[in-house]
Amino acid sequence: MQKRLLLDLTHFEITIKRLCCQLIENHDDFSNSVIIGLQPRGVFLAHRIHKNLQELTGIKNIALGELDVTFYRDDFRRREINAPSETRIDFSIADKKVILIDDVLFTGRTIRSGMDAMLDIGRPAKVELMVLVNRRYSRHLPIEPDYVGIQVDTIRSEKVIVEWKETDGKDAVWLLTE
Amino acid sequence: MSSLSTKHLLGIKDLSAEDIQLIFSTADNFKEVLNRQIKKVPSLRDITIANLFFENSTRTRLSFELAEKRLSADIVNFSASSSSVSKGETLIDTVNNILAMKVDIVVMRHPHAGAANFLARHVNARIVNAGDGAHEHPTQALLDAYSIREKEGSLKGKKVVIVGDILHSRVALSNIFCLQKMGAEVMVCGPTTLMPKYISSLGVKVSHNLREALNWCDVANMLRIQMERQDIRYFPSLREYIQLFGLNMDMLNSLKKPVTIMHPGPINRGVEITSEVADSVQSIILNQVENGVAIRMAVLYLLASRVD
Repeated sequence: MQKRLLLDLTHFEITIKRLCCQLIENHDDFSNSVIIGLQPRGVFLAHRIHKNLQELTGIKNIALGELDVTFYRDDFRRREINAPSETRIDFSIADKKVILIDDVLFTGRTIRSGMDAMLDIGRPAKVELMVLVNRRYSRHLPIEPDYVGIQVDTIRSEKVIVEWKETDGKDAVWLLTE
Repeated sequence: MSSLSTKHLLGIKDLSAEDIQLIFSTADNFKEVLNRQIKKVPSLRDITIANLFFENSTRTRLSFELAEKRLSADIVNFSASSSSVSKGETLIDTVNNILAMKVDIVVMRHPHAGAANFLARHVNARIVNAGDGAHEHPTQALLDAYSIREKEGSLKGKKVVIVGDILHSRVALSNIFCLQKMGAEVMVCGPTTLMPKYISSLGVKVSHNLREALNWCDVANMLRIQMERQDIRYFPSLREYIQLFGLNMDMLNSLKKPVTIMHPGPINRGVEITSEVADSVQSIILNQVENGVAIRMAVLYLLASRVD
C-alpha cells in the first residue's frame, strides 16, 4: 500500500481560501445564496467554507445546512447500508442559489442522490457544485463540479482520503494505491 | 452497526438492545423526513410489501400503510373477511400464492400466537409481526418505548407501569421485553384474574392497587379492556373495574409527581381512562400514533436492506 500526499496543511488552507474567493465573485453578498454540505464528510468542507466566508466578507448570516442522502442512494441492498446522518436545513431553499458541497467527487452517484434529496425539500433557482477533490475520468453520470479544490487522475482501485482537523487531527488529502 | 441482527421482526424477544437502538436512531431520521413538505423518500422503490390482516385493525394497518407509502414501496392489502381464507385455504397456501406475485416483505396480523413465527419458517420472505394473538406486537412496543425516550430523554432507570388486561395483551408482553432491554423498570397492575400466573418470572413488579402503582412510576401505559376477549367474566362488572382500575383526573392530580400517560388505542373513554385524562397535557397518546409511522418506516427500511 502506497500513500502519497496530495495536499498538505499549507496548500489545504490556500485551496479553501481560493474556493471562498471564487464563491464571493459569483455570489455578491450571499443574501440569495445558501450553502448545503452533504453528510457525512462534505459537511466538514461546508463548515470550513462557511467560516472562512464570514471572516473574508464580514457577512454573519450566510445560510448553512446539512443534507443526508442515505434514503436516496441507488446502491441500497447492493452493499452494506450506511447508518443515516442528520439532515438539518432550517431555511427555505426555494428560489435560492444553492452551493452543494462534498469532499470528493468520484462516480457522481452521491451527488445525484444529493440533488434528488434537495429537490424534495424545495425548488432552488440554481444549483452549483463544489468539491475539494475531483477524481477525473471516473464518472458514471454526467455530473461536473463548478468549484474544484484539486483535480486528480486516478484509477478505480486507488482511494482518495480527505482528513479533517475536526475528526482526524489534521487537514490533509492522501492518495492510496494498492 | 448499521443493520439488524435478525431477518424478520417476529417479536421483541429476538432483538438485542443494539437492534432497538438502531431502530430508534433510524426512526429519528424518518421523523425529520415526516416533517418535510414532501414526506416521502425513494428508498424502497423496488420492494413490494403485502399487508395481511387476519384480524381487525385500524391504527396499526393505517400506520403500516403510510410508512410503506412514504418509503415508496409498492403495497398490496389483504383482509381475512374478504378473502379465500373463508373458503378454507391454509395460511401457507395463502401466503405462498401472494409471494408467487413477487412480494418481498409480509406484514401480518393474526389471531393466533406464533403465526408470524410459523410463516417465517415456511415461506421465503421477510416477515413483520403486526400482532399475533396474545403473544407479541413488536412495533407497538417499539413506538411506545420510542415515545417514552422522546418525552423523558432516556429509558434507562425509568419506571413504567402497565395497567389493565395483562392476560390478553400482546402489547403488554412486547412492552415488558422492550422496556427491560432498554434498562427501564416495569410494573404491571390489574385485577388478579387478568394477570398471567407466572408474570413475575419475567422480572416485573406486580401490583393490584392503581394508586400505589401510579405513585411508583414515571410513565403509565393504560391498556384497553378487550371486550372481545372477555369469554368468561374476569371481573364482576365494568363499573367495578372503573372504580378500581380506571384513571380519572382527581387521581392523576392527587399523585406525588406528574405521570406521563400512554394508551395504545383504541381508547374506551370512561373505562380505563376518562376523556379528561386522555386529552390532558400529561397524555402523549397522539405522539405515540405519530411516532408509529416513523418507527414502522425504520423497521421496514432496515429489514428491506436485507432482502436478497
